[in-house]
Amino acid sequence: MKRIVVWPPYIWLLVLFLLPFALVFKIALSDYAIAIPPYTPTFDIADPASWGATLRAFDFENFQWLLDDKLYYTAYMSSLRIAFISTVLALLIGYPMAYAMARAPQQWRGLLMMLVILPFWSSFLIRIYAWIGILSNEGFLNMVLGWVGIPPLSIMYTDTAVYIGIVYAYLPFMILPIFASLDRMDASLLEAAEDLGCTRMSAFWRITFRLSLPGILAGCFLVFIPVVGEYIVPDLLGGSNTLMIGKVLVEEFFNNRDWPVASAVAVVLLFILVIPIVLFQRAAERRQSASA
Amino acid sequence: MMTEDIFAPWADPSQTPLIRYANVTKKFGDFTAIDDVSLDIFPGEFFALLGPSGCGKTTLMRMLAGFETPTSGTISLGDQDMGTVPPNKRPVNMMFQSYALFPHLNVWDNIAFGLRRDGLPKDQVAARVEEMLRLVQLQKFAKRKPDAISGGQRQRVALARSLAKSPKVLLLDEPLGALDKKLRQETQFELVDIQEKTGTTFMIVTHDQEEAMTVSSRIAVMDEGVIKQIDTPSTLYEAPASRYVADFIGDVNLIPGDWRGDALHWAEGQAPLAVASDVAPGPAWLALRPEKIAIAKNKPQADNAVQGQVIDIAYLGNLSTYVVEIAGGQKVRAQATNARRLSRRDITWNDQVWLSWTATAGLVLTE
Repeated sequence: MKRIVVWPPYIWLLVLFLLPFALVFKIALSDYAIAIPPYTPTFDIADPASWGATLRAFDFENFQWLLDDKLYYTAYMSSLRIAFISTVLALLIGYPMAYAMARAPQQWRGLLMMLVILPFWSSFLIRIYAWIGILSNEGFLNMVLGWVGIPPLSIMYTDTAVYIGIVYAYLPFMILPIFASLDRMDASLLEAAEDLGCTRMSAFWRITFRLSLPGILAGCFLVFIPVVGEYIVPDLLGGSNTLMIGKVLVEEFFNNRDWPVASAVAVVLLFILVIPIVLFQRAAERRQSASA
Repeated sequence: MMTEDIFAPWADPSQTPLIRYANVTKKFGDFTAIDDVSLDIFPGEFFALLGPSGCGKTTLMRMLAGFETPTSGTISLGDQDMGTVPPNKRPVNMMFQSYALFPHLNVWDNIAFGLRRDGLPKDQVAARVEEMLRLVQLQKFAKRKPDAISGGQRQRVALARSLAKSPKVLLLDEPLGALDKKLRQETQFELVDIQEKTGTTFMIVTHDQEEAMTVSSRIAVMDEGVIKQIDTPSTLYEAPASRYVADFIGDVNLIPGDWRGDALHWAEGQAPLAVASDVAPGPAWLALRPEKIAIAKNKPQADNAVQGQVIDIAYLGNLSTYVVEIAGGQKVRAQATNARRLSRRDITWNDQVWLSWTATAGLVLTE
């Protein structure tokens, strides 16, 4: 009985993660070809005798290619930089919001939480398109600025627009875990800290902030990891010089039809993200065992 | 009874109080939590604020800690007005009802927290923490996190942490509320012990009258934002000033009647009840503790004897409480120790019995 309960997650992982990954990895080891599918070699299921030759045709040429062409390295680094800065911005904006929510009267908290989640009710794509309407040169923002006599800004198709879009889109992922950690904090801890000689400010840093660190950590990973691979926001709001690996990936797949290189890009991206994911897992486990 | 070496600074006019509440009122919006309270507490006292939940006792204590500000009136400590002093600058520490131990710090660091905020040198912090750990017998648990020790140990960490800074006054907010009964009783004596050892003035908030009686030198009984009576535990029990106090502290029978100066006329055709009291005549209640009433099958020789029928018996092991219905449907509880085996008890349900007590057993209350 116990075994049956344990199996579904593993089957889930196998079918929806490991199998697709194996397929992508296999393509990454193949060569570009003008064919359908656009790579070679392909396994001939009917002819097991040819499998050995097929296997020998695999190589790491595409990965070598990623190392040789500076474009990919620049794109990866640029993605990591944008993800890092966006995470910091989301934290700086999200923490005060989560703090205010946790400090709001009990009967308001549910509503405030609803408001944070509300944007998810409309499509991600539509919400990013809405930002085009706000940020473009003849957009809503410049219209309002014109009314108060400030010269128009050209934000659209710059990195600034990308940051605005990303922070906007991923802010709830920062707010919710921080709110959760602040919300379950016992208010008398702060009084105890003050009672023992802390000023309001030092009580905040030593107690509130310290105890919300797990929430901050969770929020940062929840923002950082998906933003590294983000494609829609830089594609719609970013300019031609906004380089992100998600964009490169799509270009390789659909514009160049170079599936093997695109697959190699995806595999490397996955390995880059495995590092923070493992770190996150470790931190979560430590927390678990610390509170057990 | 009172001799010179009994601790009773409140009875000595030459003593100056350590804590002084003067006409303190606290309002939360329209709700008056504390209504014009004046109260003096002396150095070395173990003072209890006792009352039902919502009576304002916690608010009264939190005002001394600095977490609430009085709407009017002043609170002074020593000769300093505490009016605008923030909580972190008051020589007062509090032990919280939830203990409020910092979950990310171990026992040692929790106790050291306040000392470090004072900027004490490392070796002094260490010496003081070790001393506190010894005081509450937790040396072995110094490196444990609060969630890795038992409730009773957490309670002791909270106590050690609040005592570490040697406050002039230690405030205890329902300190034993989360412990089970047996542990609570043990801890009560431990608290008294520690209070005597350190000589610190303790102020405790509790709703448990037994706890207040056990630990404190004086008790203030509170109700709806006012203090009903401040006295030693024995005076509160033996000479309550009102029916509220008599009923809140322990168990009491209240027999209403007409007080004529020497006896209480309580029911048509019944002999008036003789009480030794100098209360002025008028409508009044006779307050009578159950354990001061004797119960017998035959009419005894006594100042007061009333016949009734046993309608209920509560067997408590060492004691039995008999509920007896007397004239006019009045129910009176009488308590007797179970000196004989249960099987040999001669009084049972529906028996006609005699209740008797002396003229000095009861108290005439007009309030």
